[in-house]
Amino acid sequence: MNLLPSSASLIEKAARATPPSFVGKVRGLSDKAIAWIFIAPTLLLLLAINIFPLIWTIQLSFTNYRANRPNAPLRDVGLAHYNEILTNPDIWAAMQVTARFVIASIVIQTVLGFLLAWLIDRKFRGSGFLTTMILLPMMLSPAVVGNFWTFLYQPQIGLFNYIVAFVTGIPPSSFQMLGDVNLSPWAIVLVDSWMWTPYVMLICLAGLRSIPDYIYEAAEVDRASKWRQFWTITLPMAMPFIMLAVLFRGIENFKMFDMVNLLTGGGPGSTTEVASITLKREAFEKWRTGYSSAFAIILFVTVFGLANIYVRALNRVKSR
Amino acid sequence: MRKLIAAAGLLAATILGAGQAQAQGKTITLCWAAWDPANALVELSKDFTAKSGVNMKFEFVPWPNFADRMLNELNSKGKLCDVIIGDSQWIGGAAENKHYVKLNDFFAKEGITMDDFMPATVTGYAEWPKGTPNYWGLPAMGDANGWTYRKDWFADAKNQADFKARFNRDLAPPKSLAELKDIAEFFQGREIGGKKVYGAAVFTERGSEGITMGVANALYPFGFEYQDPKKPYAMEGFVNSPGAVAGLEFYKALYKCCTPPGYTNAYMQEGLDAFKSGQVAMQMNWFAFFPGLFKDPAVGGDKIGFFVNPGHNGKNGSQLGGQGMSVVSYSPNQAEALAYIKWFAAPEVQKKWWALGGYSAHKAVLNDPNFKNTAPFAGDFLVAMGQVKDFWAEPSYAALLLAMQKRVHDYVVADQGTAKQALDLMIQDWTKVFKEDGKL
Repeated sequence: MNLLPSSASLIEKAARATPPSFVGKVRGLSDKAIAWIFIAPTLLLLLAINIFPLIWTIQLSFTNYRANRPNAPLRDVGLAHYNEILTNPDIWAAMQVTARFVIASIVIQTVLGFLLAWLIDRKFRGSGFLTTMILLPMMLSPAVVGNFWTFLYQPQIGLFNYIVAFVTGIPPSSFQMLGDVNLSPWAIVLVDSWMWTPYVMLICLAGLRSIPDYIYEAAEVDRASKWRQFWTITLPMAMPFIMLAVLFRGIENFKMFDMVNLLTGGGPGSTTEVASITLKREAFEKWRTGYSSAFAIILFVTVFGLANIYVRALNRVKSR
Repeated sequence: MRKLIAAAGLLAATILGAGQAQAQGKTITLCWAAWDPANALVELSKDFTAKSGVNMKFEFVPWPNFADRMLNELNSKGKLCDVIIGDSQWIGGAAENKHYVKLNDFFAKEGITMDDFMPATVTGYAEWPKGTPNYWGLPAMGDANGWTYRKDWFADAKNQADFKARFNRDLAPPKSLAELKDIAEFFQGREIGGKKVYGAAVFTERGSEGITMGVANALYPFGFEYQDPKKPYAMEGFVNSPGAVAGLEFYKALYKCCTPPGYTNAYMQEGLDAFKSGQVAMQMNWFAFFPGLFKDPAVGGDKIGFFVNPGHNGKNGSQLGGQGMSVVSYSPNQAEALAYIKWFAAPEVQKKWWALGGYSAHKAVLNDPNFKNTAPFAGDFLVAMGQVKDFWAEPSYAALLLAMQKRVHDYVVADQGTAKQALDLMIQDWTKVFKEDGKL
């Protein structure tokens, strides 16, 4: 009984200690003003770390600026960098490598991810443990994964080559996953799929588990076969989730840098030189800051444009 | 008068003492690559601390990231390094962008003369523009590409007999690049001690500078030149001369015939690993690693031999390595950094530097009549340093290097196009860089 009065007196004390002018000011603020006060820090942060660099990058892309020569006179070069990039066969080659890598890895990860999710969705003994095991690669750092697979692919001591040799009978040191122009792109796709298929699986699993059981029960009553249930219920209802996973992986793979850099560094030759590796070389090795800014803008517009078209398609699928 | 002298003496002693006391509390940071000679320098620098009272901190970065890390540091005007031992190719950019302190006045004041150092190292590690007496560094670590070989395998009676039967000559360190390839072919796939071994470990690395440094050892003896000696930056007919084309084809043939499986992205460390694990008969690498290899319990001592990069048709050439020691212009401790360079330039310190495993470029060390006997690779080092050539040291060296890395790797490792096409494309890339720099 004593608690309430003493608490009340504490509140009164605190209220008395608050300067009346401040209290008055806060009381006088509209809801909109208070909302602005709350979102202002986030907005400022976004402006500082996203919008300002973007605007600055656009501005730099029209100049000859080089970060390693800050004292050199700055010259406006107009659209010269954009023109050079769009007519450079090496850049187009890098874009083609990127496109092939994105398509191959997305197809593999989507098919495998969905199949794994479908398997995990039929609850069986040990499915929880299996799910955890499948998710493990996704939790590792790309730097660890890259180094780890470099050893696995080593032709003389690598486990991968020995497993292939055991299965096919080909001598283990007769092929090089990272050094062969035909195999190295697939070596990267394989590692990326090993690491990120669980992520696709997780999203697909969420989709499968969101399908209400009564729909399947109704289908059973209608004597629909399992195959028919899959094509008419499971796949259409999980489709928005699958498409979401494809979107996320597509954007990530388009920007892929760490794994390629660690596994092949863009080699052999330029076989696995994806756009992000070219961009890094132009920006931080050749120090062509203006040129690389233009390239970064082109990549940004490409990803943004493709993602926008895709999101519209996704919304159409969701609204069905 | 006596009182005046005593007072002046007291004042001088106080000032000197104060200076010493001030230096006593200071710490300077030296930046370099993380490799064997860096450990020797840590050991050597203890003498500097004992003498000056200035503590030394070291920032050593692994080779594959060394250039990126340090050039970022310099470009951002960072204060991490007071003294930097930077690669020879950086000197143009570091001088023109004022990252390094110009040392001419300091050298003059302290009586340090570049005449005391081997000319190739002065040109390579100190001068910019090349061939002019403008010094931005002190030659700190002489280095060049050379070769190691398995002396025990070469001496083996069966290997000797088989080699003679096949090539009609003794199995001995090669005197030409053609002989080197013969030996590499001979060992490729041979069983030694129940293990399959391979011919040679050469540089094929794509990411930084590896394949460029390696292929240069074939290009130079075959007649490759970076430019017309009479007309700077004129490259047509020099970079892609018939000799240069043949040199590039030779390197590809050596890589294809005689390297271990999976050797598509290999540089110094991979070469060391291949040699130390007994996989290869010969290894291309920097002289800087040779003291460590000679001490290696598995492949060192009597089992290892050394030779200079062989020539072709009487023409010789080796890729220059090594670094100069410079003071970073953004350092707040320039006085201490210069004191370190002054101490390091002293002949007795240079002798100890060589004894500990560093490669001195000082004539007091190299011209010593007994120098050739101080290590089994010492004589070869002198020969190699007499035939070195360096890559471009222009401010845009990184762009030039990346272009060569791409074109050469595309041809040698990825089998794209011909040697002539690779060199022609390289000229196109380099011309573009020089045009952007206003040099063409």
